[in-house]
This record gives sequence, C-alpha cells and structure tokens, in this order.
Amino acid sequence: MAPRITEGVTLRVNGAAVTMPTGASVAAAVLAAGVTRFRRSVLGEPRAALCGMGICFECRVTIGGRAHERSCQIVCAEGMDVRTDD
Amino acid sequence: MIEMFKPGETTASLEVLVIGAGPAGIAAACIADESGAITGIVDENPGIGGQIWRGTSQNAPSSQAAQKRSQDLSKSKAQLLLGARVIAQPDAGILIAETAEQTYTLECKRLILATGAREGFLPFPGWTLPGVFGAGGLQALVKSGLSVRGKRIVVAGSGPLLLAVAAYLKKSGAQVLQIAEQTPLKKLRAFTNRLVRHPAKAWQALQLKLSLWGVPYRAGIWPVRAGGSEKLEWVELTDGKETERVECDYLACGFNLAPNTELAQLLGCELENGCVRVDEFQETTQPGVYCAGEPVGIGGLETALIEGEIAGAACLGHRDYARTLFSKRAKARRFAALLETTFALRDELRELARPDTFVCRCEDVTYERMAGHGSWRSAKLQTRCGMGPCQGRVCGPAAEFLFGWKVDSVRPPIFPARVESLTVAGVRE
Repeated sequence: MAPRITEGVTLRVNGAAVTMPTGASVAAAVLAAGVTRFRRSVLGEPRAALCGMGICFECRVTIGGRAHERSCQIVCAEGMDVRTDD
Repeated sequence: MIEMFKPGETTASLEVLVIGAGPAGIAAACIADESGAITGIVDENPGIGGQIWRGTSQNAPSSQAAQKRSQDLSKSKAQLLLGARVIAQPDAGILIAETAEQTYTLECKRLILATGAREGFLPFPGWTLPGVFGAGGLQALVKSGLSVRGKRIVVAGSGPLLLAVAAYLKKSGAQVLQIAEQTPLKKLRAFTNRLVRHPAKAWQALQLKLSLWGVPYRAGIWPVRAGGSEKLEWVELTDGKETERVECDYLACGFNLAPNTELAQLLGCELENGCVRVDEFQETTQPGVYCAGEPVGIGGLETALIEGEIAGAACLGHRDYARTLFSKRAKARRFAALLETTFALRDELRELARPDTFVCRCEDVTYERMAGHGSWRSAKLQTRCGMGPCQGRVCGPAAEFLFGWKVDSVRPPIFPARVESLTVAGVRE
C-alpha cells in the first residue's frame, strides 16, 4: 500500500494521532481530536479553552511531560505528545 | 526584521523596545526603525499581528492593511522576539522576558507599551462549560486551525467585534444561529445614523452586514444561562421579558474589550478610568515609557496605528512629526467614544451571576463568596479570587463591573514564570 501523504503535522492527543495544518495551535488539535475537557478545575469541574489568546489559562495541558502549558499559544509540532485532564 | 537573539545570547540592549506586535506595536517599531534607532519588538504570540491580524503569516486571508504593515516590519531592521512574555522589571530600563525555553534580559532607553486588550467576560450560570468561548477567543482558535465547519454557534455579548466574529465563523463554514447584542435597538439605530460621518466605517459595516446575510442580528438580547452535561448543549437568551432556549455546539460570548494594563501598572504608570494615562505624545507618567493602542483607551485598529506612530516618533524626539498626526488621532478617538457609548453594558448584566456561579474560574470562587467583601483586595485575601494563574485578568474586569471595585493590585511576576526567570528577575516580596 502506498504511504498516505498528508500535509501538516501529526501529533498525539491522549494517545490518538491527529493531523493538523502547519502552524495550527495545540488547542485546535485538542478540539480536533474530539476532546472537550482540557483540564479539571480546582473543584473538579470540566474546563476548556476560553480566550484563545493566552490570557485565561483554561486551556492548560501537558505537552511532552511538561504540565500547565497553554495550548492556545503553542504551535503543533511533529510527534508532540499532548495529554489533557491532568 | 531579524531575530533578537542568536543561540546562547540572553541579553539585548536596545534604544527603543516595543512590547506587543499588534497594530500599535508594529507602527511604533517601524517608525522607530526608520528613524535609525536600534529597535526591538517582543510579543507573546507565536506570530506578529496581535489579535486583530492574527494568522496574517499563516493560513488566514488578511486585509491589505495587515499585509502592508507586516511587510513594513519584515523589511525593517527591527529585532524580533516572539513567544516571549515580559514578567518583571528588576530596574528602570531593564525588563525580564521568558519564552518556553529561555529567560532574557532586555535593556532599553525608551519603552513603548502596546500590550493591546483582551475580551471582557461576564459570569453567568454555565459560562465555565467547555464549548463556551470568548467571541474573539473562538475566532482566534479558528484562525489557529480549529475547524468549525457545520458547528451550530450562537454569538452573544456586546460590541462590533461580535459582527466581525460571526462573519468570520460563517465564512469558515459554521452555522451561525444568531448574534445576540445586549445593547438596545434604539442605541444601535442612533449609532448607524451617525456612521454617515465616518464613511469608511459605514462601508465596513455594510460589508459585514452583507456577508452575514441570513444571520439574525438581534439587539437587546443577552445570554442568561448555558447548560449541558460536561459540555455546552444549549444557551438561554432573554430580552428581559421572555427567555428562549437555543441548542448549539458553541457559544461565542464576549462583552466589549478590557485594556491590558498590567505591565504599565508594574512599571508604575498611573491609570485613569482603568486605562493608562498618557500625554499628547503618548508618554505615560513614567518618563521614557510610552503607551499606544488599547491600553490607553479602547480605540480600535485605526487609533492604535496612529498612536503607535506618534509614540514611535515622539520617543525619539520627533515631536513635530508626531504633531502632524494629532488631528487624525482625534478623529479616530471620536469614533471610539461613539462605540463606547453605543455598546455600554446594561445594568441587567450585573444580575446574571447566581450566588453559586463562579466568578473566578482559576480558583473556583463563587459570586456569593466574593460579594460580601468591600474591596478587591479584601476579596483576594479572603477567597483567593484573582490569585490563580490568570492573575485576575478574567475575573478582575468582571469584578469591577459587578461590584464596582477598583482592581489595581499588580505585583511581579505579572505572569506565572519559571523559577529560573524569577532568579534572573530577582523578584522578591
């Protein structure tokens, strides 16, 4: 079978592969992966990206083992490992 | 445009340092560079353009103005540092900025703050559910690669941004169910009548209206409640008498804009009515520190460009050139004042939060717990509101509107920072 040619970058969100256009944010990739809950609040409520511009910190995820990264401000990179809901 | 730092370098010395690479910052940096000054420009986003021109260099088609300005900056010799947030000022003329990897020390003779604005948020039951975004917030996410094709979206809140966002979402394939603008129809009519005096604006408004053909734009309507299990499923909208429930995938909701004044406050610049106080040359109350664009008063794109140019010229002593721009600035500010009056928030919005509605999302502090306090400071000390990672950037403006508090306590670092950066900054209590 011929290899599938895709444009952009492929990363993993909670283990599932997602391909995003070059320059896309990690927040966009999380939503594209069908994940609605980026994190839980201090009282355990589900939360997701709100401001889209790095102000609100609601879109925090773990990227490559580094916790509390604001996914809306970080551009997707090939092979990136993103974990939500920590 | 060149990179500010080569690998291994961590200190830069600049004649003019501009914080923020949105329209005001780009205009300021371009003119400072043209004047021959060693100029640096720093932005926390991965690309230049700020919020309004976000995506200019990537995927989104952008306006001619955006392209021209971005090209001007690209052609200049200005030194660029992206993905970096300024967190502290250990000494006058020295700023500490950090990126994901590195901490930098930026020395400068003249500083121009062009830190822009953020969206205004108001708490209402359900506003913390996944699927409730800021209006500009959702637009920013779409510009950064989120697909909204086929999504049912309600756009609500206040301000001209709602129209731009709805138009953008529709063009991106979303099903925009309606735009709910809280301002009454009477005020909107008075506004459109006066647009005749600003023909360029009237034309923009008309274009937006046309691209939104088929999307109801409803005045005097606002959201009262959002609901769903684990994520948004519906929103309730009201005109103050009747309430209707609209099923949707996303709610894009923003109430005007709030100026980003934290850095200015950290540097000791005085505020006036919540905005940075500047003189006619855009200089703040701190000598050598200038401010342009939204932090000195929400004025929109044109005001920001003119103010950026004035600041960039004036900070290098070109006051006569700066003066030639004063009348243009006055006209742009008159339009901004008209917008402010038109889209002023109605009193009913103060009643949206229930006792158990979270006002501070970082620390999950409810309305009830905050309301008993007499000041922002007291509420912070007793409830931890405004003390989470966003440091009151979301709940601060909301608390100002809801409780009438003055929200002005800023201390370094103004963003959560790495220990390494704190060491460089020498941040102490």
